[in-house]
Amino acid sequence: MKLRSWFVLPTWIWMVGLFAAPFAIVFAYSFLTRGVYGGVEHPWTWENYQRLFDTLYLTILLRSFAMALVATLLCLFLAFPAALFISRSPKHKNLYLQLVMLPFWTSFLVRTYAWLFLLRDTGLVNTVLQKIGIIHSPLQLLYNDGAVLLGLVYGYLPFMVLPIYATLERLDPSLPEAAADLGARPWATLLRVIVPLSRPGIIAGAILVFIPCLGAYLTPDLLGGGRTVLVGNLVQTQFTTARDWPFGSAVSMLLMLLVTVLVWGILRRESEQLT
Amino acid sequence: MRRWLGLYAVAFFAFLHLPLLTLSVFSFNSSRFTVWEHFSLDWYRAIFHDPELIEGTWNSVIVAIAATLISTVVGTLCAYGLWKRGSHLLTGTLYLSLVTPEIVTGIALLALFQWMFRWLHWHLGLYTVILAHVAFSIAYVVIVISARLRTISPNLEEAAMDLGASEWGAFFYVILPALGPGIIAAALLALTVSFDDYVITSMVAGVDSQTLPMVIYAMARRGASPIINAISALITVFFGLLIVISERVRET
Repeated sequence: MKLRSWFVLPTWIWMVGLFAAPFAIVFAYSFLTRGVYGGVEHPWTWENYQRLFDTLYLTILLRSFAMALVATLLCLFLAFPAALFISRSPKHKNLYLQLVMLPFWTSFLVRTYAWLFLLRDTGLVNTVLQKIGIIHSPLQLLYNDGAVLLGLVYGYLPFMVLPIYATLERLDPSLPEAAADLGARPWATLLRVIVPLSRPGIIAGAILVFIPCLGAYLTPDLLGGGRTVLVGNLVQTQFTTARDWPFGSAVSMLLMLLVTVLVWGILRRESEQLT
Repeated sequence: MRRWLGLYAVAFFAFLHLPLLTLSVFSFNSSRFTVWEHFSLDWYRAIFHDPELIEGTWNSVIVAIAATLISTVVGTLCAYGLWKRGSHLLTGTLYLSLVTPEIVTGIALLALFQWMFRWLHWHLGLYTVILAHVAFSIAYVVIVISARLRTISPNLEEAAMDLGASEWGAFFYVILPALGPGIIAAALLALTVSFDDYVITSMVAGVDSQTLPMVIYAMARRGASPIINAISALITVFFGLLIVISERVRET
């Protein structure tokens, strides 16, 4: 069985060379000093990590967490009924699933741009509202937290629908039936039987939505217009305009740490509950 | 509750698809504003007169094809290698590469390339974009192919070897054909994530190697424009067709 060990070699090379090595460099940079013309210089220092506790950066971090959390919850509330509808529809299940998947195959950038197009001052929403006479001057719909939130929810909604659908599909239909036979009303059955039983799907969907939202860069930049600074934008700014690579590296390491601990912790807890 | 669920589903699918649909409809509008004037193909014509868009499209096509070919081959081999003897370290690393925020992957790769260029007199270009795209596509390929491999009986390979096939022959003539649909699905996934990527690409692309998403992004930051609507509609239709065709191929 020598062949097999050779087969994983190219992936190893790629992952060590273009995933582990870059992070080793970023890790090292995060302890260095900012160079006069950008880049990094000696001496080694803890300063970059100390700066993370600055109120300014703590606020950005908390805002990113709050945004990702709200986006995840919104996705959950929007996705759950849709997943329930698909799992209960007698026919066309595949068609509905493909309709959910379709945006996933079209460009994320294009889907974010669609909202830029709809929400701008001369966009469809403002034009229609003005035509009906509800408003007289265009509303500022873009470049605020609401627009960013909308973009995040719209972008990652399919990630929430699919795992929830998968658990609902595997759910033993006799359980909700038993609840109904014992006198539970449809809503009670839903909230006290179906929702708790679809927990694994909800957790999986929440991870799939929360993680990319936490590190989001494109959506806040495009729909927030640079006014909604999230931690992803902070990293990008440090490496481009601010030219403070060591601090940008420290922020990146913190973000990586948070993401890894979060995913690992949730998965561990969930697998313990399963066994 | 059933009726409410049905009504909700209509609203849900409208929310999911109407934005892209309106976007596409207004790409045929002669006016620059979101007020319908009359049907026109001017904005589609404008795409072909925009040298930046043309060059960006070519760059994206080159990158996407190269990255897809490399990552599909490398990832398929890896999934097969992990099939009967898994490695927690490698799978863990692959999953980690999936959950890493894109912008962090982007700056880390930029840091690596800049560090290497201290000794090598190279510059950022299309090849750095291809290297980066392969790095983030491999995990997708491995996951898709591994899922497919789980549906294949391990006995199949042993039967082939009992009948005299070499290890290599069993892989090439038995396992690989059985993986066919999985490989197509994996390649399509790699193609779409590569063609679409902006965040990582923008960090590692050279000044002369702008990809299509980078050009679109730069235009979108200056404000919405019907040309972007037109190119967005083209991208959407192209990938839509690609998916439909691949589904057909898989069914036959």
